[in-house]
Amino acid sequence: MNWLPQTISGRVYTAVLLILAPAPFVFEWINQPFYLDLLSRALILAIAVVSLNLILGFGGMVSLGHAAYIGIGAYSVGIPSYYDYYNGWLHLGLALSISAAFAFVTGAISLRTKGVYFIMITMAFSQMVYFTFLSLEEYGADDGLVIYSRSEFPEWLSMDGSTSLYYWIFGLLLLSLLFVRRLVHARFGRVIVGSKFNEQRMQALGFNTYRYRLVCYMISAMMCSLAGMLLGNFTGFISPDMIGWARSGELIFMVIIGGAGTFFGPLVGTIAFVLLEEFLSLITVYWHLIFGVMLVALVLFGKGGIDGWLSLLDRKRAGNG
Amino acid sequence: MAEQLLKIHQLNKHFGGIVATDNVNLAVEQGLIHAIIGPNGAGKTTLIAQLSGQIKPDSGEIEFGGHSITGYNTARRAREGLARSFQITSVVMPMTLLQNVMLAVQGTSGHSFRFWAPVREDREMAAAAMESLAAVGLDDRADRIAANVSHGEQRQLEVAMALAMKPRMLLLDEPMAGMGKEEGAMMVDILNSLKGDITILLVEHDMDAVFSLADRLSVLVNGHIIATDTVDNIRNNQEVQKAYLGDGHA
Ligand SMILES: Nc1ncnc2c1ncn2[C@@H]1O[C@H](COP(=O)(O)OP(=O)(O)OP(=O)(O)O)[C@@H](O)[C@H]1O
Ligand SMILES: [Mg+2]
Repeated sequence: MNWLPQTISGRVYTAVLLILAPAPFVFEWINQPFYLDLLSRALILAIAVVSLNLILGFGGMVSLGHAAYIGIGAYSVGIPSYYDYYNGWLHLGLALSISAAFAFVTGAISLRTKGVYFIMITMAFSQMVYFTFLSLEEYGADDGLVIYSRSEFPEWLSMDGSTSLYYWIFGLLLLSLLFVRRLVHARFGRVIVGSKFNEQRMQALGFNTYRYRLVCYMISAMMCSLAGMLLGNFTGFISPDMIGWARSGELIFMVIIGGAGTFFGPLVGTIAFVLLEEFLSLITVYWHLIFGVMLVALVLFGKGGIDGWLSLLDRKRAGNG
Repeated sequence: MAEQLLKIHQLNKHFGGIVATDNVNLAVEQGLIHAIIGPNGAGKTTLIAQLSGQIKPDSGEIEFGGHSITGYNTARRAREGLARSFQITSVVMPMTLLQNVMLAVQGTSGHSFRFWAPVREDREMAAAAMESLAAVGLDDRADRIAANVSHGEQRQLEVAMALAMKPRMLLLDEPMAGMGKEEGAMMVDILNSLKGDITILLVEHDMDAVFSLADRLSVLVNGHIIATDTVDNIRNNQEVQKAYLGDGHA
């Protein structure tokens, strides 16, 4: 059958998307709203992970502060709602513009550094955001802020109801995946990927790598703020907890589990992470420990993550056939 | 006298106690191949790196095409038409040869803030890249991954990338190092064919290549240029022979 994807990884990813597409109806049918919640949360995180993968996987910029942009997106819903501004376009506009501005300023500074210093400085900036929200008594400080109603959009785009919100999430996820794919294959992406492997040569070829990286960092931050905007709407409750550096660390793990620098790795990595976390915590109270050991093993031995294993299968098959 | 494309005034650079560039003055005439020779550690690579902007000089001025480029960064110098190749191969290893050379074309053809159209489908850019690959004899291996080709082929790629930038001036740091006899001879032919169109500053240890290619020759010893002259005059220069060439070349 020719219309089937030819590779194993291609088939797995197609299957994942085909399972995700009708999920709300399936879960409604089997009467398991909890799973829709779990999946919605996973896919929101997946958008953030896709955005992180753009800079980390494709660009070699390991940011340990990406959760800050989830926070910016979430508070872009929460704070206006607190004043009864529920207009969704306003929320979206705030999320995108504030994250872009914050990424511009902090990226301009962070990208002057490399390696461990970049990791540290992005983490420091995100902690700044964390403590800022923590100190905002008006907006609940560490108690957080309840959002009483979802962002308001025209009827056909409404977020009300868990199915509508799910398709907002799923739609933005597909757009993110498509956008990253186009971006990476376009002129811009070639510069970003080239700079990851050999920045010196890219400069010698005439590319001001710093500028390209900064723009890439801003794009990634804006994508991530969309995840935050969705998360605020999904949980109806936001608090500084969603921004801490440990959250950023989890995002990195999700990228690595799925396969850094791959197109679908971040999606499957995130789903795997969220499901493992959920089910391990049901089985044993020591799940943190087991989970931690699995993650360390994966980082040490699991080169390429899930995407890497799938392409390994493909290569094996090609070798036999 | 022909126009001077590149002028270096009083260039100095030291690393701690090592004087790598010692008061270098040099002018390279438009259209010529100007070779720089000198023993290991003389400061040839350091000089090239200062010209292309990877290393900042302690003092001195660099003029290119009639204006100072001392304050320009590497990328801007490249876009001005000053292209370099690296003594130690420096390419994007996981990409194919064609992708590498396409990057070189891309770097000097407008900005790259283009987020949607696939580079793969840019026929014009691919054609320009293939031309440079063909010039160094790599066109039949365009789709091989750079990391997987031989050392000699990587050296050819290195030069193809510099050529693909369509520069006004090439800074070549030992382009033949690590090449086989045949590839080396091919490189001499390529450089000869560029003569007149592109000004070349050539650092090379292979004396036969240098003598057959160069119009001018500068001798760099301990960071200092001790002589600049025509090839014949340098060959007969006593001081140069003592300092560098040794009896074998006398
Ligand atoms: N980044 C650096 N830090 C410290 N010392 C350096 C650095 N780069 C070069 N040097 C020193 O400067 C001197 C000149 O080095 P350079 O590489 O320019 O010589 P070269 O003429 O290119 O030699 P070769 O023929 O071996 O390529 C050497 O003594 C070298 O050890
Ligand atoms: Mg050298």
